[in-house]
This record gives sequence, C-alpha cells and structure tokens, in this order.
Amino acid sequence: MSDLAVAGEVDRLGEREGRVRSMVRLYATLARVSMMEQFQYRAANYFYMVGMVIEPVIYLVVWSTIARQQGGSVDGYTAGTFAAYYIVWTLVRNMNIVFTPFGWEERIREGQLSAQLVRPIHPIHYDLGSFAGWKVVVILLWIPIAAVLTLVFEPELDPTVAQIATFAVAIWGAYLIRSLLLWMLGMITFWTTRVTAIFEVYFALELLLSGRLLPIGLMPGWVQDLANYLPFESTFGFPITSLVGPITNRELVEGLLRQAAWIAIGAIGVNLMWRRGVKAYTAVNG
Amino acid sequence: MSAPVADGVPDPGAPDLVLERRRMQGLRLVGLHLRVNVMNELQYRSNFAIQLIQSMVALGTGLVALALVFDRTDTLDGWTRPQLLVVMGVFTIVGGIIGFVIEPNMGRVMTDVRQGTFDHVLTKPVDSQLLSSVREFRVWRLTDVVLGLVVLVWGITGLDTSVGVLDGLAFAATLAGGSSLVYCLWLVVTSGSFWFVRMDHVQELFFGLYRAGQYPVSVYPAWLRLSLTYLVPIGFAVTVPSESLTGRLTWERGLITLGFLVIAFAITRFVWVRGSRRYSGASA
Repeated sequence: MSDLAVAGEVDRLGEREGRVRSMVRLYATLARVSMMEQFQYRAANYFYMVGMVIEPVIYLVVWSTIARQQGGSVDGYTAGTFAAYYIVWTLVRNMNIVFTPFGWEERIREGQLSAQLVRPIHPIHYDLGSFAGWKVVVILLWIPIAAVLTLVFEPELDPTVAQIATFAVAIWGAYLIRSLLLWMLGMITFWTTRVTAIFEVYFALELLLSGRLLPIGLMPGWVQDLANYLPFESTFGFPITSLVGPITNRELVEGLLRQAAWIAIGAIGVNLMWRRGVKAYTAVNG
Repeated sequence: MSAPVADGVPDPGAPDLVLERRRMQGLRLVGLHLRVNVMNELQYRSNFAIQLIQSMVALGTGLVALALVFDRTDTLDGWTRPQLLVVMGVFTIVGGIIGFVIEPNMGRVMTDVRQGTFDHVLTKPVDSQLLSSVREFRVWRLTDVVLGLVVLVWGITGLDTSVGVLDGLAFAATLAGGSSLVYCLWLVVTSGSFWFVRMDHVQELFFGLYRAGQYPVSVYPAWLRLSLTYLVPIGFAVTVPSESLTGRLTWERGLITLGFLVIAFAITRFVWVRGSRRYSGASA
C-alpha cells in the first residue's frame, strides 16, 4: 500500500470519527436545549401528565375489579399485577410521546422543512434529539406521580436485575420505534392532506394491538398472533412486561432483538418515504 | 296631559317588559349565531365524513373495550352489559354536546383574552356571559350525539327492566342538568384565563378526566369517585342520566343534582363577573 493510500485511509477514519462525535454533540445540544425549555413549562407539563394518568387508572380500576370478582385473578393477573402493569404503563406512555403526525400538516404548509433541507443532517435527528431531552424532564416529573399511584394501588412488582436492565434499554427502544413509525405516518401528509381519518384508525389499532388497553396476553388468541407480526407491542407491551413480568430471560433477549429489527425496518422506511416525500414537497412549493 | 298611548300598546318602559324583551333578545341571539355557524359549516361537507370516521373509531374502540370486559365477566360492579351500553351511549352524547357548543365557545374566550380581542364581547349591549357562550357551534360534532343515541337505544332494548315515560323525562332532565354542570365547570376554568392567561392545559386535564365517564363512577375508588362527581361533574353528567334509565336513580340523587346545579350556576356567575371585570384589554 502506498503512503498516499494509507494517509487517505486515516483521513477517512478521522472523518468518520469526527462525524460520530459531531452527531453526539448535536444530540447533546438538542437534548439540553429542550430540557431547559421544558423545565420552564413544569406546570403545563404536569397538567398534561396528570390528565394522561386517568387513562391507565380507568383500565386498572376496571380490570382489578374483574380480577376481584373472579376470585382474585384473570389468567394469572391479580389486582396487584394489574396495578404494576398500569403504573409502569404511565412511564412507557410518557416515553412514547413523540412528534405528532398531526404536526406534519403545519410543517409542510408553513414550509418549516425548507430550512432543514439545506442542513447536512437528516431532519429526523432534530426531532429525536429534542424529544429525548424532554424525556429526561418527563422521567423526573413522573417519579412523584408514580409514588402516589404506588401508595394508592399497591402494585406487586418484583423484577430481577436482568429485567430492570432490559427495561432501561427497552423504553428507549420503544421511543425510537414509535418516533420512526409516527414519522412515516406523518409523512403521508406529503401526498394528501386528508390524513386525520388515517391517523385515527392507526391510533385505534395501536391501542388494541400494543398492550396499551390491556396486556396482550389477555387478548383473544388471534389478536395475540396478529400482534406478533406488528411493531406496536415493541413500543408498549414489551417494555412494560419486561419489568412487570411474567417473562423469561430468553423472552427478554428476544424482545430486545425484535425491537432492534423494528428500528432497522423503521429507519429504512423513513428513509425511503422521506426521499420520495421531499420530491412531492418541492413540487408543491414550485 | 300625559303623552297619548295607543290602545293595546303597553308602555315599553315597564320593567317586566324590559325583562321579557331581553329574554327574547337572548333567544334570538342564540338562534342567529346558530344559523350563521350552521351555514358556515355546511360549506365544508367533507369535514362531516372525517368527523363521522373519527366518531365511529372512538365509539368502536369503546365498544371493543366493553366486549373484552364482558368476555371475562357478566357484570362489572353490578352493571350488566346493556346497562354499560347505556352508559357508553350517554358518555358519547354528552361528549357530542361538549364538542358542539361548550368547548368551541370556551376555547374562543381563552383565545380572545390572550389576544386582547375580548373587547368585542364586552362592548356589545348584551350579557357578556351569554354572548361568550353561544358564539361558536360545531355542527358536525352532533354526529356524536346521533351515534350516542343509537348506542343508547341499543342498550335500552337489551335491558331486563322497561323504561317508562317518567324515566324518559328524568333522563332528559338529568342530561340537561348534567350538561349544564359541565358548562359551569368549563366556564369557571375559562374564567381563570382572566387571571392566569394560559388555561389550555387545564382544558387538557379535563379531557383526560372526561374519559373516566365511560364507566359508572361507582366503580372507582372513593377519592376518585368524589372528585369525578363534585370537582369534575362527570358523575352528574354521565352516570346520573344513565341511572335514570337503569332504575337506579333515587329522588335524593335527583334533588342533589338540582341543588348542586343552582350552587354551580351562582358560583360560575360570580367568577365570571369578577373575572371579566379584571380584563383590561391587552390590545389597548
């Protein structure tokens, strides 16, 4: 190998390292800015979070009532397990909130994407970075809410170290998958503005097939089979069950691998749609 | 000599007539705003299709949730499946009423206060609370009322007990009373914007809480049941009307609703008058 080639190789290596480093710095900055921003709106964030807690409390009350009526449990779920499931649910749900597909109409109509198009980095990184910063605020604000819910509903929670570790990874996996999915959903707006109905149907399917309404294990068999082939469970049911159980170590690993697969599929999907969508976008703007 | 007054034409200055005229004016005001809003919305007929899909998806998921419950049990806290269908119907109807008139008007007041355009309400020679409550109507949201009625009838036909005329009247009265209570609460929250400006997050909180009305409030633990009844009147708006159709309503409860309604109206009026007096017009 000639000296020149070696030098080129080193250069390229350095370039790649520099790219990674600048990405990390970009994420850190975006996250920090949105953290500071969201801390200013503590009260607003709290109202939002408390309003959201009602949803799982409804499911929890209804299903623990049924468990009690059935002599203590529904398919192995006791009032205590339901409590654990729906309390962990509140954190996973908060991790799950990403840029809304309804926001794409404004992005496109007001030309907000134009500025991002000239930057050298794919625009999804800006969303991922700033929402990740918001998550840190959300987790902090969530702790007192979880404490109150724990006192009121007495959950049965006894995770192993492996479960806790998996959960810590899985909530970020869920965040990433749902970001990618909702980006794809939102990008439909590039082609048609009548998207509300599509979004509503999507969210209804997600509610039923993700474990958000009810642990997937309690759904009818064919729903469980169907959910296996869809990404929704990776964003809701799996992270919750990874901490609450019942789950084997093997299932923990499988769940993480499945998340990784959905992240890969989501990334490819976002890229393909984005490339085509941008063409439609520039066409609209002439 | 007094001014000649034509036979049969009463003195227009008589106090009870002024009151009568004001009432007529109020009704005409509501009618006029309603007509303009309806004509405006009828231009956007595709919005109806979107609203229909939205309403049906929401109702559909609610019904699936109920089906999952009754897959496992025959009664929930003593409520049978048809009875919970009645609750779901009332929940959807009241949701439609909120979306039709309460939420759009209250949202507009919040925007007006924030942007300083609330002057347009205060400078008109009619009662500001009345005017603020009837400026906006989302006609398509009545879809929920219609769909809710369908579910309600479906539930009623499955009931073991029959529903008499008296029950029907009690239902109409409690539904009107309960919806008025929701209006009162929302107006108090909205009046908060005279002091704090940003109140939309409280509105978010209400939407979250309203979902609890899908089930009778008696299933919830005491602390939640009480706040869902007196703090956020979902118990009165959804559960009590449902009780009137499922033979659970007692005279006492009916009277409590009425009494609470009177108190709520007085408080609401007081807060509104105080609040609107504080408004100083950000645009000026």
